[in-house]
Amino acid sequence: MVKGAEAGTTKRRGRAKAPPADSSALPQERLLQAYRDMLLIRRFEEKAGQLYGMGLIGGFCHLYIGQEAVVVGMQMCLQPGDQVITSYRDHGHMLATGMEARGVMAELTGREGGYSKGKGGSMHMFSREKGFFGGHGIVGAQVSLGTGLAFANMYRDNGNVCLTYYGEGAANQGQVYESYNLAALFKLPVVYIIENNRYGMGTSMERASASKDRSKDGAPWNIPGEQVDGMDVEAVRLAGERAVAHCREGKGPYILEMLTYRYRGHSMSDPAKYRTREEVQKMREQHDPIETARKRLLERGQDEAGLKTVDDDVKRIVAEAADFAQSSPEPDESELWTDILVEAR
Amino acid sequence: MGATILMPALSPTMTEGKLARWLKKEGDSVAAGDVIAEIETDKATMEVEAVDEGTLTKLLVAEGTENVAVNSPIAEIDGGDGGNASAGPQQPVSNATMQGGETGAIAEQAEDHGAVAARGAQERPEAKAEPKMPAAEPEKDWGETKSITVREALRDAMAAEMRADDKVFLMGEEVAQYQGAYKISQGLLDEFGPKRVVDTPITEHGFTGMAVGAAFTGLKPIVEFMTFNFSMQAIDQIVNSAAKTLYMSGGQLGCPIVFRGPNGAAARVAAQHSQDYASWFAHVPGLKVVAPWSAADAKGLLRAAIRDPNPVIVLENEILYGQSFECPTAEDFILPIGKAKVERQGKDVTIVAYSIEVGLAMQAAEKLAEEGIEAEVVNLRTIRPLDIDTVVASVKKTNRLVTVEEGWAFSGIGGEVAMQVIEHAFDHLDAPPVRVAGKDVPMPYAANLEKLALPTIADVIDAVKQATYRK
Repeated sequence: MVKGAEAGTTKRRGRAKAPPADSSALPQERLLQAYRDMLLIRRFEEKAGQLYGMGLIGGFCHLYIGQEAVVVGMQMCLQPGDQVITSYRDHGHMLATGMEARGVMAELTGREGGYSKGKGGSMHMFSREKGFFGGHGIVGAQVSLGTGLAFANMYRDNGNVCLTYYGEGAANQGQVYESYNLAALFKLPVVYIIENNRYGMGTSMERASASKDRSKDGAPWNIPGEQVDGMDVEAVRLAGERAVAHCREGKGPYILEMLTYRYRGHSMSDPAKYRTREEVQKMREQHDPIETARKRLLERGQDEAGLKTVDDDVKRIVAEAADFAQSSPEPDESELWTDILVEAR
Repeated sequence: MGATILMPALSPTMTEGKLARWLKKEGDSVAAGDVIAEIETDKATMEVEAVDEGTLTKLLVAEGTENVAVNSPIAEIDGGDGGNASAGPQQPVSNATMQGGETGAIAEQAEDHGAVAARGAQERPEAKAEPKMPAAEPEKDWGETKSITVREALRDAMAAEMRADDKVFLMGEEVAQYQGAYKISQGLLDEFGPKRVVDTPITEHGFTGMAVGAAFTGLKPIVEFMTFNFSMQAIDQIVNSAAKTLYMSGGQLGCPIVFRGPNGAAARVAAQHSQDYASWFAHVPGLKVVAPWSAADAKGLLRAAIRDPNPVIVLENEILYGQSFECPTAEDFILPIGKAKVERQGKDVTIVAYSIEVGLAMQAAEKLAEEGIEAEVVNLRTIRPLDIDTVVASVKKTNRLVTVEEGWAFSGIGGEVAMQVIEHAFDHLDAPPVRVAGKDVPMPYAANLEKLALPTIADVIDAVKQATYRK
């Protein structure tokens, strides 16, 4: 189902103009759209958690709940042809790039209707059409790969930018620093987005890194960086516009450290012994990105009925995705042997 | 008391060079460290320094002389009043220093990676010798041929494909301004410019991942590893990203990329710089692995690798770089990946080899012929996908199998070939297959030990006699 739409390849484009940096709050309709996109991720992930509990999703399943403002805010800064790449906590990124919920959910259940025909699973989905380049399971590997996507933009001189996401845990990997050097050296259009959710699996950043401010990690190469409230979609979008404009102007890479939080465990099997229930509760109550957006919308004149429509719409999409993910058949056994090599032309 | 100054080697595999210029003349007195001459190879230039004080009594080689053999005497020096500078001709008393800048030498590069640039190194004599072989079996007739080195063949292959497709580019350490650590990319920067011939920092893990990412968008990078030893820094990106993404994406995201560079032992560079990685990469579904021997193999297979929409590992061999072979001159010359070549016909035993060991097998076959044993030599050319059909057809004719590889036998290519022959042609075997492989030790540095660690012609002859029950 997904395949037909994926046939397009990256086309050459003229150099895109950098949009003027918007210093004001989001226009109401864009904030409403952001609210909807975040809510879709939240409800999708909740449903994925349920399906996992029912045994319909296997293996690893890393939920994005709590971090929604990061991808949604950043995605608002992109133009057609820009790329996104991330780690294995990737469902939110897929939905934010516009990949269909049903195709993602069906991949989680390992069905033929999934984006990878059931052969990738939670951690490995891709969509050329939407500019989503995975979905990578080796911590930190996507940072070099994203640097390469940006290299291709430079090579093609297409004015596009690559958003490369990783956690503060991955930021300790050596290839991340190799990538910083390469990106700065070649002035590659890549925004490095460190989603600092405080814990690399069960190890807090304080216990894993001597660096306390990851936005400064690019300092040796003069890569500008800033810390951003990753729980505030408007703040994310503003910082994102600055970073993306910097890249589009040919000034090289930019680092954004998103201070965020995941409400759920690292994966489904997380014992959650490394932090208190109160800590999680406090974040949910005081900093929830979706609740914050909802309050702002209402303050700025949005009526409850409109939000209810959005909520219902999202609920319907997720329910439909869950149904599809259970009704789509498992891949044909012949699929075991396909897609190992591209057949020579 | 006089001493002899010998022609120094610039790299472990240098065998000869040009004496470009004398900077001192007969009768000049020299002090230790004085630059007395300049020598050149096709790869680099270096200065020859005097090690001892004394007076140059005789210049034995005129300046401008080409093809001066390493370790041959080039001058005589009188020990002067010290009278004890009595280095014999077996001991080089010159010292080589590399010139900086663009004309540096590979040894300098090797040092960057911790290798010792062995001077006047012992090469594997049987590998170095120009292969004398019976005319290879013709495949498709490509018409006119010309003798070129493997180095030229590789460069020509890259240049041809880069001309044909602007998505193809080369990146790696020292590939551009330096013209290649082993001079494989000589001239490419001039023709294609810095956008398509990209010097990278020494950062294999990072630039390999970067190249794989670029390939995901449809570009076709050629990644040069200065040697495959350094690819271990990046093997995660090769195996987990390049090889598996097509499958993980349900066929959406291919990775048209070439990883190439010298593989296996060079000469006297010890354990960390002397390893055959064929079985490491051949283990992985999603990768193709080729290992050329001749110049034609190198040109035809590299062109095919660059055009291939999949990740292809091209395992070259440093010792072969300077060897010359007949190579078709046809513009469109290319070889198929996945096809082996019978290099020599025979009826008594099948010797299967790849890369430099094909030359070893050919020479062993010549010697065996003198004893009345006719060996058929199969040059695998491609390790994965393995052309088992050609091997099996040969074994059905000879009923005996010997495999030759430089890598370790354990989980090696020879073991895989033998097992597949057993699976396909067990009833045709008149004797157990025999493996010739590198000895099961890290590569030693000492010249005599290194020689013992590598397969030799004698090893192949012994193996054939074992397989043919002649011993």
